[in-house]
Amino acid sequence: MLKIENLNIKYGAIHAIKGIDLEVHEGEIVTLIGANGAGKSSILRAISGLVKASEGTISFMGNSLNKVSAQNIMKMGISQVPEGRHIFSGMTVLENLELGAYQRKDKEGIRKDLQAVYERFPILEKRSRQDAATLSGGEQQMLAMGRALMAKPKLLLLDEPSMGLAPILVREIFSIIEDIHKQGTTVLLVEQNARMALSVADRAYVLETGKVVMSGTGKELAASEDVQKAYLGG
Amino acid sequence: MTLFLQQLVNGLSLGSIFALVALGYTMVYGIIKLINFAHGDIYMVGAYIGYMAITSLKVGLFPAIIIAMITCAVLGVVIEKIAYKPLRNASRITSLITAIGVSLLLEYVMMYFMGAGVRTFPDVMDKTKIEFAGLSITSAQLLILGTTLLLMLLLQFIVKKTKIGKAMRAVSVDADAARLMGINVDRTISYTFAIGSALAGAAGVLVGVYYNTISPLMGVTPGLKAFIAAVFGGIGVIPGAMFGGLFIGVAETMVGVYWSSLIKDAVVYIILILILLIKPSGILGKNVKEKV
Repeated sequence: MLKIENLNIKYGAIHAIKGIDLEVHEGEIVTLIGANGAGKSSILRAISGLVKASEGTISFMGNSLNKVSAQNIMKMGISQVPEGRHIFSGMTVLENLELGAYQRKDKEGIRKDLQAVYERFPILEKRSRQDAATLSGGEQQMLAMGRALMAKPKLLLLDEPSMGLAPILVREIFSIIEDIHKQGTTVLLVEQNARMALSVADRAYVLETGKVVMSGTGKELAASEDVQKAYLGG
Repeated sequence: MTLFLQQLVNGLSLGSIFALVALGYTMVYGIIKLINFAHGDIYMVGAYIGYMAITSLKVGLFPAIIIAMITCAVLGVVIEKIAYKPLRNASRITSLITAIGVSLLLEYVMMYFMGAGVRTFPDVMDKTKIEFAGLSITSAQLLILGTTLLLMLLLQFIVKKTKIGKAMRAVSVDADAARLMGINVDRTISYTFAIGSALAGAAGVLVGVYYNTISPLMGVTPGLKAFIAAVFGGIGVIPGAMFGGLFIGVAETMVGVYWSSLIKDAVVYIILILILLIKPSGILGKNVKEKV
């Protein structure tokens, strides 16, 4: 479904991503794990078209994304929940969700999906008229995810959904991710919480300073000694 | 008391003009964090377009306002595309200096074509006075107040209810996140310039009717005062620009009447200094805090 070949990203003199190959098949949950600065978010930003690859190709369902603008990548069915949520403060929860469906024209479908998001995150319905900035961190994460789902994505990119959340909320967020996946959305998940990420992932890639150093199924990597030492604290 | 109310009406009329111009400053700042110092000159261009529409095309006042608004909207979009867009990722001082350059360009191009002198704005409406409870309100004042109110309601509707308005707010909060929603950021910025410039164009025609004179440098001082109004209300905040404009207009008028008309301009600048010292985010502005 998503295929990345020899991706290179440079920010000025900094060579952040050095030739990465990565693949996500339809129906999978794939996770990228790695330390701060390994380049995980850069890859997601490149997929969404927020940064341009200096070399290499990204293709989605057979079409190259390299020359496609961010808004059209979104239209093709890729939604991203960015790191740090990036909800629109000063706008209500409902307006935030409506912006998620900005590209869609089918009013009836939007209404239905809004209902579905409210069912998945009942707290959002309760707070629908409230300024999104007044939500707690966990609620903001749910809003960001709900907003991305309003676009009805085929592929959902999640950047550090557990960041800054209490352990109980982390578990809740991950069970929601599994749920979204079960209902037919392919997920590419970037996480620092390697243990949780590997437990839900079909396959995983380990990133270090802009390179893939290991890849395999979630179980294989969770069992690997190197991964345990570096990321699972044991 | 009657004198006070009379001056309040005069101040609100003047303030409406400032408010219309201030809205453009604040909207553009809100979306690309640029103080568009050419904005006062768009207002000047609006006055000249209105003048030409009335004298050459022989249209009435309202068609003239519409023509000025459309022309200024196009001008604003073109300026953004040519002068500011290439500098989107440059440092802010670069864009600011460019804006001053655009301002001078507009002023002197207008001088080249229309002459540096003051022109008399044609009489397009009877200057009747309406006496009401001891106050006298001119028809021009009613026109200014009515048009401003209408335009502000329209702007509120666009910003709050329409899709493009929501996109404008989303881009001004977080441009990257807006991109992730599939919003075309460049187009949204163009709309913002179009709307802000159209409001300035309308203000230009209204001021021509009110003061009867226009000149190529007429935008400098009102532009600066409208900028102060936007800062006073909280730059980037739309209701702040409306409030700030009206406040500055009333304050200037009151100082002129009750104190001395020599220092009324100074008072406006003192207001700027005070607000920057006491509440730099403006009366209706919020301090931005990021939640991590």
